[in-house]
Amino acid sequence: MGNMLKVEDLHVYYGSIHAIKGIAFEVNEGEIVTLIGANGAGKSTTLNTVAGLLKASRGEVEFKGEKIAGIPAHKLVSRGMSLCPEGRRVFQELTVRENLEMGAFSRPKAEVNESLETVYELFPRLKERYKQIAGTLSGGEQQMLAMGRSLMSKPALMMLDEPSMGLAPILVEQIFDIIKEMNKNGTTILLVEQNAQMALSIASRAYVLETGRVVSSGTGEKLLKDDAVRKAYLGG
Amino acid sequence: MVSYLINGISLGAIYAIIALGYTMVYGIAKMLNFAHGDVIMVGGYMAYCSVSYLGWSPAAAVIFAMAVCTILGITIEKLAYKPLRDASSLAVLITAIGVSYFLQNAALLIFSSNPKVFPNLFSDMFTIKVGEATVTSVAVVTILSCIIIMVALTLFTSKTKMGKAMRAVSEDRGAATLMGINVNSTISVTFAIGSGLAAIAGVLLCSAYPTLMPTTGAMPGIKAFTAAVFGGIGSIPGAMLGGILLGVIEIFAKAYISTQLSDAIVFAVLIIVLIVKPTGLLGKKLTEKV
Repeated sequence: MGNMLKVEDLHVYYGSIHAIKGIAFEVNEGEIVTLIGANGAGKSTTLNTVAGLLKASRGEVEFKGEKIAGIPAHKLVSRGMSLCPEGRRVFQELTVRENLEMGAFSRPKAEVNESLETVYELFPRLKERYKQIAGTLSGGEQQMLAMGRSLMSKPALMMLDEPSMGLAPILVEQIFDIIKEMNKNGTTILLVEQNAQMALSIASRAYVLETGRVVSSGTGEKLLKDDAVRKAYLGG
Repeated sequence: MVSYLINGISLGAIYAIIALGYTMVYGIAKMLNFAHGDVIMVGGYMAYCSVSYLGWSPAAAVIFAMAVCTILGITIEKLAYKPLRDASSLAVLITAIGVSYFLQNAALLIFSSNPKVFPNLFSDMFTIKVGEATVTSVAVVTILSCIIIMVALTLFTSKTKMGKAMRAVSEDRGAATLMGINVNSTISVTFAIGSGLAAIAGVLLCSAYPTLMPTTGAMPGIKAFTAAVFGGIGSIPGAMLGGILLGVIEIFAKAYISTQLSDAIVFAVLIIVLIVKPTGLLGKKLTEKV
């Protein structure tokens, strides 16, 4: 298993707020790694920094063995990194199909149809609704569209930020099944979740974040049984 | 009556073409490019020089004016607006006003304040009679250009990859970046298109109203901005509708009410529309989806 993503001593400031205080973690090829933690622990900030949307003040991010600091976010997509952002952020006024095409923006035209087929296979609902304006989809469908859209760039590493947010429990399960499916198809996953129970149950490994620091890490199973983690994030 | 209507539509078509530049830049770069009107003036001068001094054909003059304005638009964006991408909108607005003054004064320096008489590029082509009214070839060319531009832009934004990317950037810049879309180059393309259209508008405007001065673009620019807001800023069909309505209202006000008051009436209509419908005629309602 090769190293997909390696983050070392990462520091990020929001203005004068020291949001990330020296985080280190790694994601190996083929894994599902999850970052869990309370609101404000720095999970989304970490993902946004890795994706190139935020600038780190210190530290290294290595993707597929190459340092990627300073590379603009839109160029990281063609290198095989994709972030499915918090709050879905599908293009409300574009159709489902156009949203998916945007996801494949960095790829040659000839490969778009092939990717569409893959995404439609994973999300049959999107195929049924390909002509629909994305803003008229339900929350669950929008989440599927956001994930499908991110998958269109055929990423080696897919980062998902709170994919279960605001969804009914039955949909949450469906979304997690699809994440497992994507992983089985060869996509490495870095998952940020508040639903720690679900995230740990599918994760190969996990890191627990607290106010900008990694406070605990291990396999998903181990953390599910960890007393401190149970108390803090799994409701006892 | 018919001739007023046609005059109005033809003036409105010019406003509409200018308004498209305002509305596209606003939609995608989220800024009001107050220098847009002055790009029209530059387009006018470029066409004037190439016809009067170099003896070029009208078609070559239009293409030359478009090329210069396109490059000018991209350059303005790169030098003046891009460094302010994350600055407050007030800073950007003030910069835009500064660029506007810069262009006017540069033109003053190069071409002096003496008005130039713009050669009518479309004068002797033909005239059409509609009932008792005579339609000049300038009016026909103007209205046709407006229709062609509208259709072309609609196809561009709905069918091409770049066009769709523009709509994506307009809606959510961050999400568009995550798709691999280069937001900066998308904004550049928007400025290029808007400025190219401004050149066309400049030629059409000066053909219909042949006095060319460094301040020629300022008033049509403000009117077209009004038209863009009137139709719903950010909306392409809105800019078209707003522009044409504004032109028609202006000509009718001039003909039936008062020449002096026509501008006041135009802006009064704008104010009334905005009171009734703050987002403009075709503007989208801004509702937060929870």
